[in-house]
Amino acid sequence: MAAPPSAYKDRQFLAVIGDEDSVTGLLLAGVGHVTDPPDSQRNFLVVDQKTENSTIEAAFDRFTQERKDIAIVLINQHIADKIRHRVDTYTAAFPALLEIPSKDHPYDPEKDSVLKRVRRLFGE
Amino acid sequence: MSGAGAREAVFPTRQVLGQMKSKLKGAQTGHDLLKRKSEALTKRFREITRRIDEAKRKMGRVMQIAAFSLAEVTYAVGGGNILYQIQESAKQARFRVRTKQENVSGVFLPAFESFTTEGNNDFGLTGLGKGGQQVQRCRETYARAVETLVELASLQTAFVILDEVIKVVNRRVNAIEHVIIPKTENTIKYINSELDELDREEFYRLKKVSNKKERDAAAADVEREAQKKKDDSSDEDNVDEEGRMQTKDLLGDQDNEDVIF
Repeated sequence: MAAPPSAYKDRQFLAVIGDEDSVTGLLLAGVGHVTDPPDSQRNFLVVDQKTENSTIEAAFDRFTQERKDIAIVLINQHIADKIRHRVDTYTAAFPALLEIPSKDHPYDPEKDSVLKRVRRLFGE
Repeated sequence: MSGAGAREAVFPTRQVLGQMKSKLKGAQTGHDLLKRKSEALTKRFREITRRIDEAKRKMGRVMQIAAFSLAEVTYAVGGGNILYQIQESAKQARFRVRTKQENVSGVFLPAFESFTTEGNNDFGLTGLGKGGQQVQRCRETYARAVETLVELASLQTAFVILDEVIKVVNRRVNAIEHVIIPKTENTIKYINSELDELDREEFYRLKKVSNKKERDAAAADVEREAQKKKDDSSDEDNVDEEGRMQTKDLLGDQDNEDVIF
């Protein structure tokens, strides 16, 4: 049934996986957070041409499973495409996974995992 | 009969019949209530999906505007250095979310609410040399964009949770409708038939017993009659020499010996 309040009470940050521009913009809005040393972790990952898919997956897992203080994970849609199978199989309510458009890749509602589910539910 | 369909393993007694009847009633009430709950949730669900659709489109526009304002920043500052500088100077989240709950027919839907903590500003010196105005404007644009994203995220979370809850509720409704109610009805039918059977058996037995009793009584009558006749005929012999008739023991306990304490 519905998640107990303990599952989301402490979640207060947003995490970002995106290209440089998207991450920078969101950081300017003030979402960036680095946890206290010694194990300082950033809640954002900049992906460029050279970034391996395994790195993206590791960050995705860290944001969605390990860290309990993240409420929303934002991911650029073209990066979500790289790990599409992981994104599509992710169904948990917390943290919420949100695909966002990037500067170079306009938003395509057809690919969005949530909108796909919406359409499937209504049999379109 | 009792063989048709699944039924519960119970003894067919009147007490169990009463229990089953109240269970059936409870199941029907529960079914009605759950059905109504499911309908209410589905209504909410459809509303949310519609809003998600709208919000996703709005997000596309907002993010485009925000990306444009960031391009302005890089242009004004001149050089890609600013992006790296911003990434490195992010330390404490100024923009955070908190969750609050909303109750939709017994289901708690969490909703995110964004708030900005005052005081810490990681980007105080960003764009100090040039482009400070653009940086400021870009921050505001992105803050608005992130608010839209947070709104969308709470809709999406509500969507995911509602989806799950509706599935569970529908499963329950179907289970009650197609399993529990027929099963209970079958059990009631079985108990009724079984009780009827017992009634018939009992009636037949009573009839048998009364028949037997009648027959025994008739036989006893005949015997008594014969005895009487025999007694009458032997009465003459019972007159003793003094001419007295030997009296018959009226209590009929001539076989019993007298008990002497």
